[in-house]
Amino acid sequence: MKKIILLALILFIPCLGHALDVPALRGHVNDYAEMLSPEAVQKIETRLTEFEQTDSTQIVVLTIPTLAGENLEEFSIKVAEAWKIGQKGKANGAILLIAKQERKLRIEVGRGLEGTLTDLVSGRIIRNDIAPSFKAGDYSSGIENGVSAIIAVVKGEYQASQRDRQQGKRSAHPIFTFLLFFLVACIFLGAISRVLGGLAGAAGLSLIAFLVFPGLALLALAGIGVLGFFIGLFLSFLFGGGGRGGFFPGGPFFGGGFGGGSFGGDGGGFSGGGGDFGGGGASGDW
Amino acid sequence: MKKILRYFTIGLILTVISGCGYNTMQAQEEAVFAAWGDVEAAYQRRADLIPNLVEVVKGYARHEADTLKAVTEARAKVGSMQVTKEMLNDPQAFAKFQQAQGQLSGALSRLMVVVERYPDLKANQNFLDLQNQLEGTENRINVARVRYNKSVQDFNTSIRVFPNSMTNSLVLHLTRKEPFKAEEGTKVAPKVKF
Repeated sequence: MKKIILLALILFIPCLGHALDVPALRGHVNDYAEMLSPEAVQKIETRLTEFEQTDSTQIVVLTIPTLAGENLEEFSIKVAEAWKIGQKGKANGAILLIAKQERKLRIEVGRGLEGTLTDLVSGRIIRNDIAPSFKAGDYSSGIENGVSAIIAVVKGEYQASQRDRQQGKRSAHPIFTFLLFFLVACIFLGAISRVLGGLAGAAGLSLIAFLVFPGLALLALAGIGVLGFFIGLFLSFLFGGGGRGGFFPGGPFFGGGFGGGSFGGDGGGFSGGGGDFGGGGASGDW
Repeated sequence: MKKILRYFTIGLILTVISGCGYNTMQAQEEAVFAAWGDVEAAYQRRADLIPNLVEVVKGYARHEADTLKAVTEARAKVGSMQVTKEMLNDPQAFAKFQQAQGQLSGALSRLMVVVERYPDLKANQNFLDLQNQLEGTENRINVARVRYNKSVQDFNTSIRVFPNSMTNSLVLHLTRKEPFKAEEGTKVAPKVKF
């Protein structure tokens, strides 16, 4: 009896996570630490969206409740690389990152903006515009002032180019790409052997489920694996069969066709798609 | 018919795999050089900031001549080093470069410790600006080194695996690149005495 309970417990343990994950990109203002009132969020969001449309520079704000032991600069560059802020080719993005528990903040500046939004200026903005309000406990005006300062500094560059509506990458949710790949793999392998097709289905579907819902319990994954096996078998029956050697998607097809969907932390799908960050900017605390 | 098609696909795949080795390795070596360019630029930026820093500190901390001298000398040593692409293949030259930069880092951190004793200096706007710039540059150096190490890892792995290793030993003769290693001084935390 004990053994069964233990086994059941193990199967229900969610698959363990990792170091602090980059949160999903929701919009210009990502207030995960809930430091801003809804009105403030709306106000700043409008301001930043407008600025992006007139200037093409993309500025985002991210507040997180805690760094969970991670280094501020390392996490900041991780976010920058995952979210790809800034228009492609111009690298004109900036991220205002605030860690509430550690009372630390950082302005991460993309390469394209380093000319005006220098380390020096970023440091001054943090010291003079943001930290004083934060020390008084007024996060909303601190962030608003910071954002205004950044906008004012940047306004020297990129004034002419209007941001193209089409430029923002509306990336398809990665799950579609995975599903397509899984289907094709099943069919391809199923042409070789029915069981192989089934196995591919089992592995593929569980992998997809795990990637889309990280932390899924082992039991659920096993169940999905079984389902995948049957789907794989079914597909191989449908498309495999004795004499038909003609089903050859071919090697290059797998690589080439999936450029559309982009992976990585973004779910909002509005990032500029560029984002070359060299580690410039400044950090501070309050 | 099915058999022929199967063999044909296998043959095609093998050709594709081995053919690509030639191009991928060269592309990866170029990526290493590009990443190295970033590292060099970041280190150069730091070297350029130092004369300013020394001037500002001198204004407030005249008695710290020794520490300032150490910084200036370390910078001169770094400036006199010839940095070329060939250095990436040569472990000794690379180690020397890393050591010289490490000495400059050490001298700078000692200077920062000394500065703690001068509250007027710490509050000075110029100094605060310089400190921001220095921190920004150190961060850039870190980011550049991490990316360089990653590109070196990709390249070094690529020239070792089969079938690229064959292409390399027969045709290209590309050499393994050196990654950055943890500096000797950083393993021991500096003792701060007041």
